[in-house]
Amino acid sequence: MSGERRGLALGLHLGVLALLAALQLVLPAFHHGMVARVMVLAAYAVGYNLLLGYTGLMSLGHAMFFAAGMYGTGLTIQHWGFGAGAGFLAGIVSGLAVAAAVGLVTLRTAGPAFLIVTMMLAQAFNLAALYFNDVTGGDQGFILSGLGLDLFGVRLAFAHPAVKYNAAFVVFAGCLLSSLWLTGSPAGRVLLALKENEERTRLLGYNTLRCRLFAVVVSGLLSAVAGSTYTLLFSYVGSTFGSILYSIYPLLWTLLGGAGTTLGPLVGTLVMTYFVDIASAITTGYLIVVGAALIVMVLWAPAGIVGGIRKRWARWLP
Amino acid sequence: MSLGPHLFLALLEGTVGALVLALTALGLSLVFGVMRIVNVAHGEFFMLGAIVAWYVSTLTGSFVLALLLAPVAVGGVAVLADRLVLRRIGYEPESTIVATVGLLYILQQAVLMTYGPYARPVEAPIYFRVDFPWFGYSGYKLVVAGAAAVLLLATWVALSRTTLGLQMRATQQDREMAQAFAVPVGRVYTLVFGVGAGLTAAAGALIVPVQQAHYLMGLDALLMSFVVVILGGLGSLRGTLVAALVVGLSDGVISVLFSPTLAKIVATLLVALVLAVRGRGLFGEELA
Repeated sequence: MSGERRGLALGLHLGVLALLAALQLVLPAFHHGMVARVMVLAAYAVGYNLLLGYTGLMSLGHAMFFAAGMYGTGLTIQHWGFGAGAGFLAGIVSGLAVAAAVGLVTLRTAGPAFLIVTMMLAQAFNLAALYFNDVTGGDQGFILSGLGLDLFGVRLAFAHPAVKYNAAFVVFAGCLLSSLWLTGSPAGRVLLALKENEERTRLLGYNTLRCRLFAVVVSGLLSAVAGSTYTLLFSYVGSTFGSILYSIYPLLWTLLGGAGTTLGPLVGTLVMTYFVDIASAITTGYLIVVGAALIVMVLWAPAGIVGGIRKRWARWLP
Repeated sequence: MSLGPHLFLALLEGTVGALVLALTALGLSLVFGVMRIVNVAHGEFFMLGAIVAWYVSTLTGSFVLALLLAPVAVGGVAVLADRLVLRRIGYEPESTIVATVGLLYILQQAVLMTYGPYARPVEAPIYFRVDFPWFGYSGYKLVVAGAAAVLLLATWVALSRTTLGLQMRATQQDREMAQAFAVPVGRVYTLVFGVGAGLTAAAGALIVPVQQAHYLMGLDALLMSFVVVILGGLGSLRGTLVAALVVGLSDGVISVLFSPTLAKIVATLLVALVLAVRGRGLFGEELA
């Protein structure tokens, strides 16, 4: 990528982040909360996109990474009395451990096999969460209370809307900028090469297995960060977040926004979360919009929103 | 009960479960083998079969009619999905997976909106007890196992003895060569997708009197079908049967002696490991 393009891209991303930061001043209470939630979930989608959009691996088991972050944080706080900071770290460590294990097990599977193995592992993970329900609370889950951070002697309670919004913003910004940096870096280029043609990449002398493992671990790590943040900000831990629906959501968000575009996950998550919210007010079967959106995209808009924009008007979009 | 009869009950439950599972998974295996696509909506066809059976037998009072209508109706839905969506995206592997995930939610949520969130049983058409020295066993379950076995056998005969079966096998072996020999590959695809859904729907309809019809019952069916089809090797029908017996029996034994959840954890982990170590499963060909 040329220097001018890179400057343009960085400017655009910082502009989007500035817009998100400024939005909290004008949004009414309901949307304020919604956008905070969207940012945490979008961080999850950013992690998913690294694997689908930049490495070409479609996973149907990412919920286990999200849930690993969630349980790592929630369980240590609930049972061992960890603080928010230590709990966050525990979430990251457990996410890393699960991602590394999954990455190793799936190393030699490609295409549909990768998808099915991740789905099976995620299902086993979720069933295990249900099986040990005296520890995890099963599908009822459990609620945490009084979470917050002491920063320079000031108590920041996550239950407070402004703290929640800004914490979500910081996490999302961190994930978005790391993904922008990674995909523009030489390592990111190799991942992209892996997506385009694994055999040729190997022929060029790259250790493709190590690259794949790296991609799965980074993607799982960002997902776990999102899961852990979700627990801290919304004070809830439950097995729903490890269910197959939460593996399909990031796929949907990423595809809708545009796989392989850095801003796609945010756009997709924003649009879909509002869609689902509106539909849930109308019917109990509101997840039908999830199904309809997937089919519409496959048939008529495979590039997604940002991907479509890039194709038509802005070739320079990262 | 002491351990002996307990184990016998577990094996009996396991055998019945294995035959139903084989019938459920057969469609998925057939679709993968011939069309080379992973159908994530497969479990929803099972669920739809159960729901249609509930509607028909409740409205008409005839469970036999329900058993006949459910596969036909669900097969019709599958044919529509094939024509309207899958054919248009050219059966491209990843798009097909996304599309069938979409189909999964459309079918599941449409049932939730019409049938509702209830779990409702159908009265078994025949009721008798088979009395063993230690316990009585539902005769209907044995009938279910028998019906599943007959359908499995019928599918095998159709595949190995009829022209259509020959065309399916030809398409499975080499799609382009089959087309060159005037096999209507497009029509074979649609038919296979419809028949695969129909077989699964038959399994769903058969077990309504035992298990109740519920809009979320498809997920378990999907996962267990995946387990069986992968263990047996994607695309290998014989492998599917053998794996269904192994998985069904061990599932029955672990469920009765320990817990159903534990049985599913073991099965899914086993499958993930088999696929990761040996990409083609126990019998089948490499899945690239």
